[in-house]
Amino acid sequence: MEDTRIPDDLANFDCRNNRLAEMALHTDGFAAAVASARERYGADRIGVFLGTSTSGILSAELAFRARDPQTGALPSTFSFATTHSTGSLADFVRLRLGLTGPAFVVSSACATTSKVFANAARMIAAGLCDAAVVGGADSLCLTTLYGFHSLELVSPTPCRPFDADRGGVSLGEAAGFALLERAAARPAPGTIHLLGAGESNDAHHMSTPHPEGLGARLAMERALTSAGLRPADIDYVNLHGTATTYGDAAEDQAITGLLGTRTPVSSTKGYTGHTLGAAGIVEAIVSVLALRTGLIPGSPQTLTLDPVLRSRYLQANEQGRLDRVMTNSFGFGGSNSSLIFGWAA
Amino acid sequence: MRAYVEGIGLLGPGLPGWEQSRAILTGEAAYLAAPAVLTASPLLPPAERRRSVPTVKLAMAVGAEALAQTGRDAATVATVFTSSSGDPDTLHQILDSLASEERDISPTRFHNSVHNAPAGYWSIATRCREPSTSLSAHDESFQTGLLEAAAEVSSDGWTVALIAYDLPYPEPLSKVRPIAGAFGTALVLTPQPTGRCLASLDIELSRGDEPVSRMVDIGLEALRTGNPTARSLPLLAALARVGAGGAPEAIVLDLPPGGRVAIRVGGPC
Repeated sequence: MEDTRIPDDLANFDCRNNRLAEMALHTDGFAAAVASARERYGADRIGVFLGTSTSGILSAELAFRARDPQTGALPSTFSFATTHSTGSLADFVRLRLGLTGPAFVVSSACATTSKVFANAARMIAAGLCDAAVVGGADSLCLTTLYGFHSLELVSPTPCRPFDADRGGVSLGEAAGFALLERAAARPAPGTIHLLGAGESNDAHHMSTPHPEGLGARLAMERALTSAGLRPADIDYVNLHGTATTYGDAAEDQAITGLLGTRTPVSSTKGYTGHTLGAAGIVEAIVSVLALRTGLIPGSPQTLTLDPVLRSRYLQANEQGRLDRVMTNSFGFGGSNSSLIFGWAA
Repeated sequence: MRAYVEGIGLLGPGLPGWEQSRAILTGEAAYLAAPAVLTASPLLPPAERRRSVPTVKLAMAVGAEALAQTGRDAATVATVFTSSSGDPDTLHQILDSLASEERDISPTRFHNSVHNAPAGYWSIATRCREPSTSLSAHDESFQTGLLEAAAEVSSDGWTVALIAYDLPYPEPLSKVRPIAGAFGTALVLTPQPTGRCLASLDIELSRGDEPVSRMVDIGLEALRTGNPTARSLPLLAALARVGAGGAPEAIVLDLPPGGRVAIRVGGPC
């Protein structure tokens, strides 16, 4: 990331979070795909709905260490609006991609880059845009590192979701993007659709999930309802599964209560760590890749499944045709989001 | 996009509530700036009440005021929270602590720092498990929150409480990001008119260059430009005038680059 350069005309956006976004925009031909969509729809008809939990707060952390010892003033090089400000990510990406449609950041902790799919679908349905760039970026900062340590939620080893000896999260950082377009009347072969999205709140506690996974289950139920699907229609669930004692147990209850114990499920955080506000887009992309390739991901660090948990949890990768995949993301404040992706009918 | 207004909340400098502020917004009473008084919501359980930070107090106060007018159980109403920032006091304390030798962040301070903290406290206080989103778009946070809430009402058919709030930072952040006073507002929007309907809104995104609506009073205009959430003031003033029997009005809010949110405010349905 240290070698990534933000273009000169956007230099005031230079910070770890926007660099991470810059790297992802220029991976897998994403910026070129958006440029092509811009030709089709017009720059003002493409929205930008992105998630981040901490945006460029690292820039403010560094600026606070460089305060003037006499006056307490922040260094003149610190640019609040383009780095620290929560909305800075959407501003940067919109300018970088040459888009002028509606834009905002959703910041609902670790559910945020899942929730933006629902925002985008609504904005397209309401006619405010024809397509949308969704996803986001969440970069490491001291606030996150010290905050998670204070909650005693950080694992001393690579995280082990659903393991009997799981000991918390492995903190990570990531950026990812997807281009959502209004569904065509006759979709091209191989098109993947966002079939449904469900959101809920726990109404329970700021940093501990509802013990029976009530909010998680509501989000999954709402995703099924919005997709017009039944529980049996889901072929695989990519779990939130951060490897905390309570979080995995609550999600297991929600899964088995709604889907039973036959649907294969796994958390891919044993591969990626918990990328916090970016986990939603990372796992949405994993879910779409699972549909496209038939690779159903396992859980590399999970050695001994917790016997108390009843979901059909995959430890090893499997191969098979998937038609519909669900992916869960949950966050502080009791924020829950569930998405369903599938082949265009 | 059409939405019907069923409840309005307001708390800002010299604007101590929607009912008490209507005459000021219509110009019948003089505007006198005085700091808004923030108190922890009585709806919260004691532990959460103790842990309430200013953004939570402000958001819950305006949300509760707007919901009370609707007669609805808040547990049944979806929410859109919008602000340019997480809790300014909490962020300052964390940044100050991380710059010191101790680098200590308490668990409560950490969870209060997330942008969706007001949404979490609201959900705990009201037992609301309906969909909730927490947005941020710098100086356009209110305008984009209004678009999101209107899209939820018109696309999903939900009844939605839009809750917007912005507060000043302590020094030194206040020097690089000045925000005038604590200002919050809430609108409960419904997809169909009800017996408690106060006004109708037709909300569109415009690419035109219509002039942006401003406040006539110098103090209110300074507040409008000084606090991101106070960009809502022209809409609130139109709601006050239309609510007092005035003719329908057209309001234009800025949405840079090159955009406007055009709102037609119609009378009670």
